[in-house]
Amino acid sequence: MDMAVVELSRLQFALTAMYHFLFVPLTLGLSFLLVIMESIYVMTGKEIWRVTTRFWGKLFGINFVLGVATGITMEFEFGTNWAYYAHYVGDIFGAPLAIEGLMAFFLEATFVGLMFFGWDRLSKVGHLFVTFCVALGSNLSALWILIANGWMQHPAGSAFNPETMRMEVTDFYAVLFNPVAQAKFVHTVSAGYVCASVFVMGVSAWYLLKGKWTNVARRSMMVAAAFGLASSLSVVVLGDESGYALTDNQKMKLAAIEAMWETEPAPAGLSIFGFPDMDKHVTHFDIKIPYVLGLISTRSLTGEVMGINDLVLKADERIRSGLIAYDAVEKLKTDRTSAPAREAFELHKRDLGYAMLLKRYVPDPRQASDQQILMAAKDTIPDVPVMFWLFRMMAGIGFFFIAFFALAFYCASVCQFNKRWFLKLAVVIVPLPWLAIEGGWVLAEIGRQPWAVEGVLPTFLGASSLTISQIWTTIVGFTLLYGTLAVIEVRLMIAAVRKGPVEHPPASSEGGQQQGNAGFAPLPAE
Amino acid sequence: MAIPLDYETLRLIWWLLLGVLLIGFTLTDGYDLGVAALMPFIGKTDEERRLAINAVAPHWEGHQVWFILGGGAIFAAWPFVYAVSFSGFYLAMFLLLAALILRPVSFKYRSKHADPAWRSRWDWAMFVSGLVPALVFGVAVGNVLLGLPFRLDSDLRTFYEGSLLGLFSPFALLTGLLSVAMIVMHGAGFLAVKIEEGPVLERARRFGTFAALLCIVLFALGGVWVAMGQMGFRLEGVIDAQGPSNPHYSQTVAAPGAWLDNYGRYPWMMLAPVLGFAGPLIALMGIRSRSHALNLTGSSLATVGIISTVGLSMFPFIVPSAIDPQSSLTAWNASSSHLTLWIMLLVTLIFLPIVLAYTAWAIKVLFGRVTIEQVRTNPDFY
Repeated sequence: MDMAVVELSRLQFALTAMYHFLFVPLTLGLSFLLVIMESIYVMTGKEIWRVTTRFWGKLFGINFVLGVATGITMEFEFGTNWAYYAHYVGDIFGAPLAIEGLMAFFLEATFVGLMFFGWDRLSKVGHLFVTFCVALGSNLSALWILIANGWMQHPAGSAFNPETMRMEVTDFYAVLFNPVAQAKFVHTVSAGYVCASVFVMGVSAWYLLKGKWTNVARRSMMVAAAFGLASSLSVVVLGDESGYALTDNQKMKLAAIEAMWETEPAPAGLSIFGFPDMDKHVTHFDIKIPYVLGLISTRSLTGEVMGINDLVLKADERIRSGLIAYDAVEKLKTDRTSAPAREAFELHKRDLGYAMLLKRYVPDPRQASDQQILMAAKDTIPDVPVMFWLFRMMAGIGFFFIAFFALAFYCASVCQFNKRWFLKLAVVIVPLPWLAIEGGWVLAEIGRQPWAVEGVLPTFLGASSLTISQIWTTIVGFTLLYGTLAVIEVRLMIAAVRKGPVEHPPASSEGGQQQGNAGFAPLPAE
Repeated sequence: MAIPLDYETLRLIWWLLLGVLLIGFTLTDGYDLGVAALMPFIGKTDEERRLAINAVAPHWEGHQVWFILGGGAIFAAWPFVYAVSFSGFYLAMFLLLAALILRPVSFKYRSKHADPAWRSRWDWAMFVSGLVPALVFGVAVGNVLLGLPFRLDSDLRTFYEGSLLGLFSPFALLTGLLSVAMIVMHGAGFLAVKIEEGPVLERARRFGTFAALLCIVLFALGGVWVAMGQMGFRLEGVIDAQGPSNPHYSQTVAAPGAWLDNYGRYPWMMLAPVLGFAGPLIALMGIRSRSHALNLTGSSLATVGIISTVGLSMFPFIVPSAIDPQSSLTAWNASSSHLTLWIMLLVTLIFLPIVLAYTAWAIKVLFGRVTIEQVRTNPDFY
């Protein structure tokens, strides 16, 4: 394998995936906020809520287009840039992607057209149903994508078949009800809800600061504050933590996040600060809170959290076991019926992927020296300092949002969002959810390295046989295309926000007031 | 779990579903592609162009899903095909993706500023975003008929010898143009039922006539080329349709002219090419008699006929290899496992009817011709 091809393929995947995920969280959260706002409209019949719903619907639309458009790239990139991965795990990994299209994306995409163009053609309840289907569809989309991603982190319900030289599904229920996937799903959609709530809060706060559209802004803030508080609690409490005891790679990820080099006596302490040193395997200036890590990750006082050095030793053992499986597969290639090879394979097949880590150092893993085996075992350590700091950034922002929404909730009931410093704060923090979310993805995916699929297929083996110039062409192409679209999108978003909810004014502005809008400015503001 | 259908049957079903997906995509998204490719020509004024755009606008998202579903379903049911063809057509795939990203963005963003220069830029972006995918699809199909330059090693890793320019051989250009003609005909046909009578509809009829005639000529030329040209592959030895999905277990040879074998063996298959010619003729009749529904029926039948012709001619081959026939992918050696095919079939049987039901409902809600009056007054319109 040409490592430059692998690194460039990873770079492109990271660029396109992270770009795609700039739009997804807002779609996930804003769709449900639209459902809430429109529900209030349907229940109260007050025009102002229709105006509010349609305004956020317009911003939703600008964002949604790019989410869909850039999602197409993702669906095809496994084939274009990760062809061997696609062959190797397509039997399992392809299914959730296809089901996502059939069950979720069709729903979302068909109804989004109706949502924008069906206001005059549908009854109130009919249109609310359509909006709900869009929200349901986009969230189900996330479910299937995270089932796929969860399987990469914890490849349940599958086994290698030497006759087809790939992983095949053995238990579909195990793939579906993968605990890692479920934890990820809840965590990811909650993060999307927080993101949308912060966005709505920020834009509304800006209106209140300017004294524009205050009636729409206050109502929007009210909804976003409640939705945001619930979601920010969910994102932290129902974080990924629960899945970290499951597999060796998940254990390694946890150890790397905590920069925990040695296994500590239970219950382990939680590190809150330090400078991890990859070469010496120590953490400088480590500050720890005793017991907490053991409690969080094992949910017990006696559970042991394994350290990085012990996990490397375990990887070394698994590589040696995997070599027996690798040898058996090579024999089965020439003699499909060899019984002894079959038997050896069955005994050691769960470690086959570990032997393939050696392909980085030697074409035939069976020729590897002890030194090379140790190098490959050490490759199972992800980038510890990056993991350590990214996690702290993400978790820090997560806790900050709980405090922020609690404050917002308090403000909503006590001062009707009149405090200017709070409004300024709400505007300033708008980029934070994106920072935490992108950081979270980098953490999850860097943490899985060196694996594309944990214990099954090393990332460097998954890439397509492309040339460096081909990949550079597409990286530059995507960067130019995506960069241009990003500029246009942001400008359109800002223009739409500046313009405000003008396209769909209430039937008559006096009517709005008579319906009990006292205390709020009529449209247009003031 | 006992699977009630045997492996061969499931593979056959999924081969058919592959065809259904490609046809479903062309019937739905082909409409958007065709209209987008015609954009700078079909409307002379901004209002006229907006008429065409808004005839497509509420539907494009739903249509685009056929493309995404196609990708997902090929991945799930034919992972070899997904891996080999998408990495093989690497730069062509990029062009396709870039164009498909540009299209919805053009629809949506064009309307955000009234500036004529801004709008004109997006009109040409739409033209590119409709033309390029139509062309690339056709060129890709032409190359698949010729065989792709790939080989598989003993780990079943794909190695590829070819370039972007190498894809544009004369035959592939012909199939590319055929694809453009077919999609433009279909887009014009669809537009004719979705907009009010007026100059745009008249232009759609004119472009439809031209495209339908071109479609007939190119389809005939393509048929002659396949019959006379040096292309075709054949399976040799024992064909194990129930065997594991591993191309190394089957034997393939290059056999010029073999793409016509199936029609000798199963004469009913002739129905597909017949439909490929009848479709555009029906569309022409519809255009002449101003029966727009007949026009759309004709262009739809043409799509079904032409795509089925390609699939049936090659069966059981899906992606043959020109440089190493032994690596060729067929319906019997490139599928997912028996269990995955079965699960995916169950999922499809449950959800496809639901999808079709709500798609029909959405079409019903949005039924009717878009008018210039609506374009002028409806603030939701692009």
